[in-house]
Amino acid sequence: MRWIWIDKFVHFESRTRAVAVKNCSLAEEHLHDLYPAFPIMPHSLIIEGMAQTAGILVGEARGFREKVILAKVGRATFHRLVRPGSTILYDAVIEQLNDTGASIAGQVRFANSSKDRTDQLMEPGELVAEIEIMFSHIDQNLAGTKFPEHNFVFTEQFTELLQTYRSGLDIKL
Amino acid sequence: MTREEVQAKVVKVLVDALGVDEDEVKPESVVRDDLGAESIDFLDIMFRLEKEFGIKIPKGEMMVEGLATDPSLVSNGTLTAQGLKLIEEKMPHAAAELVVLKQDPKLDNVSKLFTVNSITNYVMTKLG
Repeated sequence: MRWIWIDKFVHFESRTRAVAVKNCSLAEEHLHDLYPAFPIMPHSLIIEGMAQTAGILVGEARGFREKVILAKVGRATFHRLVRPGSTILYDAVIEQLNDTGASIAGQVRFANSSKDRTDQLMEPGELVAEIEIMFSHIDQNLAGTKFPEHNFVFTEQFTELLQTYRSGLDIKL
Repeated sequence: MTREEVQAKVVKVLVDALGVDEDEVKPESVVRDDLGAESIDFLDIMFRLEKEFGIKIPKGEMMVEGLATDPSLVSNGTLTAQGLKLIEEKMPHAAAELVVLKQDPKLDNVSKLFTVNSITNYVMTKLG
């Protein structure tokens, strides 16, 4: 099973900001699990999607050498439900980044559709959620705890998947 | 900025980071024991202090790091004289809390150095 909750990046500014797209389909089982007669994208998985968008942004900032772990969800405020057929945008901005970790201010918005645009997914629409999250570079943890040398966050499978994002993006993976 | 103004902002940072009520936060409050901070909250607090005051907090400056992994500083879970001396040198902002720590210098008690008072002292030194 692949625990990937974003479909592609549509914007990537190294060390600064990333925007990823998630298409929510009725074919996805998790939409049916929370309320069987009323399928929605669970809030917890929206937070996970933001964490993956932001986690890759934070990881790329250090050439994927650090083990970037979601350490804390400081605040998550939801304004709208996400129903099947919706496309949402995860917009993650790095507020702070240092040796020990990073803090992120994130917004989730519906993607507006437009018949006139080929890059319609770039159009941010109504606000779905505001999410503040924090990441730790766990090898730099304050307690000095040692972790395995192997980078179990950005695994080979994960970095292979990231190669698909390279097309159209000016980032080095 | 006066000490009172700095302390008020420190309290705001702790309220935001830890989800505690403002009236729970006293100058002598120990961030872990009294306000319920967990280890990862300390990183959050440092990020918020940097943002709130426009300062940079270098690694190991506000709180001495790596004590647990150095046997010359900690022996059998207790700070050695060398360990206490290092804290005294590196953390002058926590001088009052160190007096209390010396009475029971267990490694686990090091987090007692992290109080509203000592954080305020630290920020004051950073602001010059």
